[in-house]
Amino acid sequence: MSFAVDIATIWAFIIAFAVFVYVVMDGFDLGLGILFPLFPQKADRDVIMNSVAPVWDGNETWLVLGGGGMMAAFPLAYAVLMPALYTPMIAMLLGLVFRGVAFEFRWRTRTARNKWDLAFSGGSLLASLAQGIALGAILQGIHVEGRQYAGGWWDWLTPFSILTGVSLVIGYALLGATWLVMKTEGILRDRAYRLSWVLLTAMLGAIGAVSIATPFLHVQYTHRWFAWPNIILTAPVPIAVAAVTAMLLRALANKYDYQPFFLTLALFALSYAGLGISMFPYIVPQSITIWQAASPENSQIFMLFGVSVLIPLILGYTAWAYWVFRGKVRPESGYH
Amino acid sequence: MLEGWDAVALARAQFAFTMSFHIIFPAFSIGLSSYLAVLEALWLATKREVYINLFNYWLKIFAVAFGMGVVSGIVMSYQIGTNWSAFADKTGPVIGPLMAYEVLTAFFLEAGFLGVMLFGLERVGPRLHFLATLMVAIGTLISAFWILSANSWMQTPAGHAVNADGQFVADEWLKLIFNPSFPYRLVHMVLAAYLTTSLVVGAVGAYHLLRDQHLAGPRVMFSMAMWMATLVAPIQILAGDQHGLNTLEHQPVKIMAMEGHFESHKDGAPLILFGLPNQTAGRVDYAIEIPKLGSVILKHSPDAPMAGLDTVPRENWPPVPITFWSFRIMAGLGFLILGLGLLSLWMRWRGGLYSSRLLHLFAIAMGPAGFVAVLAGWITTETGRQPFTVYGLLRTTDSASPLAAPAVGSSLIAFVIVYFIVFIAGVVYLLRLMAQPPHPGEHGLDSHIPARAAGITPAAGAAAEGAR
Ligand code: HDD
Ligand code: HEM
Ligand code: HEM
Repeated sequence: MSFAVDIATIWAFIIAFAVFVYVVMDGFDLGLGILFPLFPQKADRDVIMNSVAPVWDGNETWLVLGGGGMMAAFPLAYAVLMPALYTPMIAMLLGLVFRGVAFEFRWRTRTARNKWDLAFSGGSLLASLAQGIALGAILQGIHVEGRQYAGGWWDWLTPFSILTGVSLVIGYALLGATWLVMKTEGILRDRAYRLSWVLLTAMLGAIGAVSIATPFLHVQYTHRWFAWPNIILTAPVPIAVAAVTAMLLRALANKYDYQPFFLTLALFALSYAGLGISMFPYIVPQSITIWQAASPENSQIFMLFGVSVLIPLILGYTAWAYWVFRGKVRPESGYH
Repeated sequence: MLEGWDAVALARAQFAFTMSFHIIFPAFSIGLSSYLAVLEALWLATKREVYINLFNYWLKIFAVAFGMGVVSGIVMSYQIGTNWSAFADKTGPVIGPLMAYEVLTAFFLEAGFLGVMLFGLERVGPRLHFLATLMVAIGTLISAFWILSANSWMQTPAGHAVNADGQFVADEWLKLIFNPSFPYRLVHMVLAAYLTTSLVVGAVGAYHLLRDQHLAGPRVMFSMAMWMATLVAPIQILAGDQHGLNTLEHQPVKIMAMEGHFESHKDGAPLILFGLPNQTAGRVDYAIEIPKLGSVILKHSPDAPMAGLDTVPRENWPPVPITFWSFRIMAGLGFLILGLGLLSLWMRWRGGLYSSRLLHLFAIAMGPAGFVAVLAGWITTETGRQPFTVYGLLRTTDSASPLAAPAVGSSLIAFVIVYFIVFIAGVVYLLRLMAQPPHPGEHGLDSHIPARAAGITPAAGAAAEGAR
C-alpha cells in the first residue's frame, strides 16, 4: 500500500466523503421509511415525517454530488458502473421518486394518505435495498472490456449482493430507530429503543456475514486484510467495531438520547473504512484504478477550487438548518 | 408493445420522456421562487397582510412542485450514466465539472435553505426567513446557469480539445462555459420560466376573480401576473429572434429544419407558415408561405440566399416534422401570450382589469400555455440538433450505453407508469390548492411542524439526557 498523494487520490477521498455523507444523512431518512409500517398510528407517522421534512432534500443532494462528482472526476468509472448496475439504479431512482413526493403529497389528501404512506415506506425500502445490492455488485467485480461494461443486465444478482442489500436495509433501519430515539418522546421513543435493540443485533450479524463473505470474493481482498504487514493496519478496524458496539449497548441500556444515533454512525464509518481498505485503489474492483478512471488534471483542478471553498460552506449552512429544527418533535400542533 | 425498437431509440424515448417531465417543474419553480421572494419583500416593506397571505398560499403550491422537480431531477443526473454511458465517458471531463458546480453552488443552496423557507418562519423570524427564501430563488437561477451552460456546450461546443482516449477535455474553461449559444439560451429559458409562472398565477387569480371581483388576494396576484406577462412577452419574442439568429450562425441545419427549408433558395427564401414537412420526399406538402419573408427575418434582406437541407447529407438530417411543428407551437404561443398582455394593458387602462370576464377567461385558458411553450421549445432545440449529442462531433448512436433493448424497454415502461401516477396525483393536489382562494390569515406549511420544540438548545437537551 504505497501512498503517493496526487490529485486523483484526493478526488477519490472527496467522492468517498460525499457518498459517506449521503449514507449518513439519507440513511436515517430512508430508515424512517423502512420502519414506517411498524408505526401504524397516524399521530406517530406525522411526528416521524415532521422530524425529517425540513432536511430530506438536502440529504438527497449528497447522492447527486456523489454521482455527478464521479462523472466529473472519474468519468470512465461512472460510465462502466452505471450500465452494470442498470436495474438496481433504476429501481433506486423510482423508489426515491415515490418516497420523495410522499413528503408533500400525504398532507394534501385525506382519503389517499395511507397510499402515500405506503409509497413512502415502499420507496424507501426499494431504494435502500437497491443501494445495498449495488454495493455488493461492485465488490464482487464487474466485467469490463475496453472502456465499456461488457456483462449482461442481470449480472449484479448474486447471493452476495442480496446479502449486502439486506444488510444495508438493516443498517438504515437502525439509523432510523436511533434517530427517533433522539427526536421523539414518550411511547414513540420507547418503541424506538426496543427496535434499536433488535436492529443492532441484526446489524452485527450482517456486518459479520459480509466481513466473512468478502474475502472469499477475490484473493486480493484476503491478501489486503490478512497478509503481513497489512494486518497491522487492518486489525484495528474489527477491534474498533467491538469497542463501538460495547458503547452502543451501554447507551441503549442507559436510555441515552443522543449517543445511540452517533454511535451507530460510528459503526457505519468503520464498516465504510473497511470497504475502503478492500477496494483501494480500485474504483471498479479488480479492473479500473482511480488513476485509470481519472479525468484530465485540469478538470480535477478546476473542480478542486470549488470544492475546497464550497463544501465547508455547504456543511456550515446545512448545520444551521439542522440547528433551526433541533430538539424533540411534538405531535400537538395543528394540521392543514 | 415496443418490439422493433432498438436500444438506442428506446433510450432516446426514455430520456425525452423523463426530461420533459422534469423541465415542467423547474420552469415553474424558478419563476415561483422569485415571485415568493418578491411577495415576502413586499410584505416586509409594507406590512400589508395581503402579501403574507399570498406568500403562504403560493408557498404550499411551491412545496409540492419543488418536490416533484427534485425527484425527477435526481433521475436525470443518474440517467446520463445508466443510459448514455459512452457519452458520459467522452464528455465527463467537460460537462461533468459544470454539473458538479451546479450541485455545489445551486442544489445545496436550494435544499439547504428550503426547509427554513417552508417551515421556519416562526423559528427564525422574518428577516432570516426572507434570506432563506432569497437563497432558494437564487439557487434555482444558478442551477439554470450551469445546466444550460452544459446543454449549450453540447449544442455549440467550444473551448475544448480531444485526448488520446477520445474524451473531450477542457482547453479554456471560460470559452467552454460561455460557449456561443449559452447567453441566448440562458436568457430565453429564464424568461420562459418567468412567463410560465406569471401565466399560472394569472390564471389562478382570474379564476377567483370570476367568482368574486373584490377578493384582495386574487386582485393583487392577477395584477402582478399581468404586468409580468405584458412586460416579459415582448422581450421573450425579441430574445427568441436573437436566439434564432445565433442558431443560424452555429447550427444552420437546425434552422433549416425549423423553417422547413428542404430546398436552397438562391434569391430570397419564403417564410413557411404552415405545411406538412415530408421527410422522405424532402419537401413541405401543402405549404402556406410568404415569399421572401424568411430571408428578411433571418438575414434582414429580402433577396439573401439561403441554403437548404439539400446541401446536407441525409444521414445528418434532423427529424424535420417534429422540429418544424414544435417551433411553430412555441412561437405561436409567444404571440398569444403577447396578446394576453396587451389585452390586460388595455383593460387596465379602461379600468376593467378586475371585472372583464373576457380577460379572465382568456387568462385561465392561457394558464398552461407556458408549460406547453417550454416543452415545445426544448423539443425544437433537442430534435433540431439530431443526429448528434455533441453537435457535429459525437453522434447520438455513439453515445448510448451497451445495454440490450429489453433492459431499456422495461425501464421505459416503469418510468411511464410511475411518472403518470405521480404526475396525475401531483397535478390533482396542485389544482385542489389552487381552487381555494387565499384566505385572510392564510397558514403556511409550518402549521404541520410544531413551532416550539423541547429543549430550546441542545445544551439543555444534553443536560436533560445527563440527568436521566
Ligand atoms: C433551466 C433549468 C433546468 C434544466 C434545463 C434542468 N434542471 Fe434540473 N433542476 C432545476 C433546473 C433545471 C431546478 C430549478 O434547480 C430544480 C427544479 C426543482 C428543484 O428542486 O431544483 C432542479 C432539480 C434537479 C435535481 C435535484 C436537485 C436536488 O436534489 O435538490 C437534479 C439532480 C437535477 N435537477 C438534474 C438535472 C439534469 C441532469 C438535467 C439535464 C439533463 C436538468 N436537471 C435540467
Ligand atoms: C430541459 C428540457 C429538455 C428537454 C425537454 C429535452 C428533450 C430532449 C429530447 C426530446 C431529446 C430526444 C431528441 C431525439 O431523440 O430526437 C433529447 C436528447 C438529449 N438531450 Fe435533451 N432535453 C432537455 C434538456 C437537456 C439538457 C439540459 C441536457 C444535458 C445537460 C440534455 C441532454 C440530452 C442528451 C444527452 C440527449 C441525447 C439523447 C437523445 O438524442 O435522445 N437535454 N432531449
Ligand atoms: C415568437 C416567439 C419566440 C421565438 C421567435 C422563439 C425562438 C426560439 C428559438 C429559435 C429556439 C431554438 C434555439 C436553438 O435551439 O438553437 C427556441 C428555444 C426555446 N424556446 Fe423559444 N421562442 C419564442 C417564444 C417562446 C416562448 C413564449 C417560450 C416559453 C414560455 C419559449 C421557450 C423556449 C425554450 C424553453 C427553448 C429551449 C431552450 C433554448 O434553446 O433556449 N420560447 N426559441
